[in-house]
Amino acid sequence: MKLRTTLLAALGLAFAATAAQAEIKVGVVLSATGPAASLGIPEKNTIALLPTTIGGEKVSYIVLDDASDTTTAVKNARKLVAEDKVDVIVGTTTSPASLAMIDVAAETQTPMISMAASARIVAPMDDKKRWIFKTPQNDQQMASAIVEHMGANNIKKVSFIGFANAYGEGWYEQFKKLAEAKGIEIVANERFNPADTSVTGQALKLMSVKPDAVFIAGSGTPSALPQKTLRERGYKGPIYQTHGVANNDFLRICGKDCEGTLLPVGPVQMARSLPDSHPVKASALAYVEKYEAANGAGSVSSFGAYAWDAGVLLQAAVPNALKAAKPGSAEFRAALRDALEGVKEVAGATGIYTMSAEDHLGLDDRSRVMIEIRNGTWSLLK
Amino acid sequence: MDFSIALILGQDGITNGAIYALLALALVLVFAVTRVIFIQQGEFVAYGALTLAMMQSGATPATVWLLVAMGVLVTALDGAKALKAGQGRRAAGVAGWNLAYPLALAGLLGALPANELPLALQVVLTLAIVVPMGPMMYRLMYQPIASAPVLILLIVSVALHIAMVGLGLLFFGAEGQRTPSFSDASFELGPLMVSGQTLWVLVVSVLLIVGLYQFFERTLYGKALRATAINRVGAQLMGISPALAGKLTFFLAAFIGALSGVLIAPITTIYYDTGFLIGLKGFVAAIIGGLASYPLAAAGALVVGLLEAFASFWASAYKEVIVFTLIIPVLLWRSLRSHHVEEEE
Repeated sequence: MKLRTTLLAALGLAFAATAAQAEIKVGVVLSATGPAASLGIPEKNTIALLPTTIGGEKVSYIVLDDASDTTTAVKNARKLVAEDKVDVIVGTTTSPASLAMIDVAAETQTPMISMAASARIVAPMDDKKRWIFKTPQNDQQMASAIVEHMGANNIKKVSFIGFANAYGEGWYEQFKKLAEAKGIEIVANERFNPADTSVTGQALKLMSVKPDAVFIAGSGTPSALPQKTLRERGYKGPIYQTHGVANNDFLRICGKDCEGTLLPVGPVQMARSLPDSHPVKASALAYVEKYEAANGAGSVSSFGAYAWDAGVLLQAAVPNALKAAKPGSAEFRAALRDALEGVKEVAGATGIYTMSAEDHLGLDDRSRVMIEIRNGTWSLLK
Repeated sequence: MDFSIALILGQDGITNGAIYALLALALVLVFAVTRVIFIQQGEFVAYGALTLAMMQSGATPATVWLLVAMGVLVTALDGAKALKAGQGRRAAGVAGWNLAYPLALAGLLGALPANELPLALQVVLTLAIVVPMGPMMYRLMYQPIASAPVLILLIVSVALHIAMVGLGLLFFGAEGQRTPSFSDASFELGPLMVSGQTLWVLVVSVLLIVGLYQFFERTLYGKALRATAINRVGAQLMGISPALAGKLTFFLAAFIGALSGVLIAPITTIYYDTGFLIGLKGFVAAIIGGLASYPLAAAGALVVGLLEAFASFWASAYKEVIVFTLIIPVLLWRSLRSHHVEEEE
């Protein structure tokens, strides 16, 4: 009898040992350099904070930089799948590059969790996009926060200016749909390049139609230029920006011209100011404290939280997938995809995720709050 | 579109055009004297702006270490040669300019609280760091292959451009910088609001153009450069050193680039890779001037600036397309009008 127990124990140990060897490989693509670096760097810092074991399995993260370049992002994704045989891809930072990576993920049947904002990454759902998930709020959730705020403040005519790329276009589509439903008229529609050194022409066009408000759909520090130009040209009305500008570099570049800017953000940005009753406060604060412990006080931004939430989703889904198959196999990747799709009421730093076959984002209105830039810092709008 | 909008757009176009004009002049100058297509011009703009910004943030600009490194290389090359030839005094001179000067500058920056100095002094320090890189770059990269075909010189320029962008990222980080304006004054001219900085850009550009004209017309060195541009071999026979001409040209080009950067840093956000696009627009202007005519290049720069301003008003999504498409009819017209002679290899 005793011998049998010992044998069983030994057998169990042996199993445990083999299980520990079959590690889960997470391939990460992000923009640590290039124009999107201010988004990619906090993501990279966050990946270092993600757990190294999930469900008793070792997890390894392989991080590649795409230099904010679409071609490099696709090349990196291929490399991760072909050479490193990853079980899941997390990435990348920018929307155009994430959209391009969809083909790689679908073709190799590898689940992918994007950290980019565009709704088109996961919608409309099709055979390819069933492999794709994403953590940042859709433009739509953010846009609806802006449109609601405009409605509440009696704004009827809005001038729109966005990046001349997928980010700007995506926002324009979302914003237009919601604004029209609310009876808000878009009176000017302009574009600018993130690398532009002057947007005077566009600013004049925006102002010439006498809007009640201007909405700038850009991300990172390049988004400060239209705002500075508008203020320089004497525009006094309210200016809305997207959550893409919610980092401290934007405040530094924009300075006093950004006082009063209105924007929606994920709760993580305001984690400390949220009322205790807010459903995301605890999970957001957990991330903020961990990040700031590693990178210094005040260093946290929404972008890192998207990487964190990719980790949160994996922690929720991997244990279920492990029941079906061993990591490193096509079955495991398929099981992981199914498990990600089955995630219910999982609290991340960005919001509460409840996925379905149709919705591979799974966030709702709990995933954003409206804030204002006041005295050079972000403050929650009541 | 009414008159006041046209005025403001015109002002914006002329301000940008002035910078493009400076860069175009430098490009034409460098090409005429050394046959180098100076793609790195834009990087000097970014280095100038970002060195100033870094100084103002209280850090020691990393560009000074690049200057020291380049100086060490030049000293090793030229100093060794001079010593071999037994010219001790010349070797001392080489070491003084290329080794002692960068080190003294680095020491000065380390000792001074650079972020508390008046703006004018910061600008002078910035130029003192960035500008000498021009002649050093010529000495290290171009002088050994000065007689190579234009294509090889161009490839060296592309390589240097990529290296400088990469170093820029390393030195300054990925984030953009802005510096405070030279003056907060602004003037109202009817519907037009002219900011002090815009005036600075215009005045400095005009002064620089006049200064360059005087330099080429009235000074011996200027005339030497012109002679080299007109006939390289002939100038050499008259005792004008092509190496000196090259270094002087690169000095001027680096000066123009760095000064442009310092001038526009308060108007727009400069990133480590912003310079390329600005330089490229200067290049379009230089092409309009056929890489040979200064007045045509300057006029071309104004056209590029104005076209850009008005295009951003009417069709903002197609702005760059419009600006860069301009080069096609210009090239067509030039190739139809002028008889192009292939360069003898």
